[in-house]
Amino acid sequence: MTIPDSEAERTSLGWALIGAKGIFTPPALILTTAFFGFAGLCREAGISWEESAFMTAVVWALPAKIILLGAITAGVSLPAAALAVALSSMRMMPMVVALMPEMRGPKTRTPTLLFLSHFVAITAWVFAMERFDKVPRDKRAAFFGGFAVTLTALNTVLVALVFNLMGQLPALATGALAFLTPVYFFTSLYGSARDRSGRLALFFGMAALPPAHWLTPGYELLVAGIGGGLAAFVCGAFLDRRARTN
Amino acid sequence: MSDWVYSDAVSWWPYVFILLGGWLPTDVWRYLGVVSASRIDETSQAAALARTIATALVAAVIAQLVFYPSGALADIPTWVRIVSLAVGFAAHQAFGQRILVGIFAAEAVIGLHALAALAG
Repeated sequence: MTIPDSEAERTSLGWALIGAKGIFTPPALILTTAFFGFAGLCREAGISWEESAFMTAVVWALPAKIILLGAITAGVSLPAAALAVALSSMRMMPMVVALMPEMRGPKTRTPTLLFLSHFVAITAWVFAMERFDKVPRDKRAAFFGGFAVTLTALNTVLVALVFNLMGQLPALATGALAFLTPVYFFTSLYGSARDRSGRLALFFGMAALPPAHWLTPGYELLVAGIGGGLAAFVCGAFLDRRARTN
Repeated sequence: MSDWVYSDAVSWWPYVFILLGGWLPTDVWRYLGVVSASRIDETSQAAALARTIATALVAAVIAQLVFYPSGALADIPTWVRIVSLAVGFAAHQAFGQRILVGIFAAEAVIGLHALAALAG
């Protein structure tokens, strides 16, 4: 997306519309594919289409939602589910922290930023960080809002639609759609991991689940996530140190 | 509603479960990020540990979907799910880390297995 210099005088609404057009960029389209899979997953978990759409709008971060769905499927209690989601959503804080200095203009009010922060997730964050330098500072909140709010609204409607259309599909197609989610997350997290520990965490977290499933049923996600994450962190630090000394 | 697990026995309970189990523990971090934007060091060890645990949690969910799924996913044999994820990841690595390539390769494995099952 290119923004000519002559359009520097564009209004906030104009910038919001340019942001909204961003839903046709590859990362937004890939995320939308993942939401097709999410709708399939919701159906598998046995929740209603209203609950699926509600979850999409109020949680928005896809990893948090699939952890919540996993907790619902496994019959995990509310406090354990909330703790697992809180641990997974902790990432939001450094992401928002990194985004705020870029997005805050001289007149941007904190309530506006609090509202917009709800729409921060991996895709919108990457989209904004890549493009903010081409947007005038006082129009960045409008630009971000145009993109992120549209993306959330579109995918909320899509989850409701796909969930209902899926009733017509054979079980194999539903299963194939639901399998989009694990593949999407594995590949996108591996690609966006900043350090060795992040990549190791994908393998360690997966490997830790079967023993955790067997030893601590009901808490397997938490146990495998924290255990696998700690192991990956220690291993990554060890390998980094060895790479440095060699 | 016994044991505070998800159930649709009471019509409003699923929504309360989603709000308290999903919305609150997610948005609280976003809001904290807004109000503490000038005070957090993104490059600190603590921030790196938080990212690693968050990634491992998602990996645990991926493993749950691959090893212990329910519904239509369970109709796909376990070895096909494992091979599908492995092939998807291998294709993603081989073709410039493109997510769509990984997704297509993984889905092709599921499709081929379905065709083979139909033919056999």
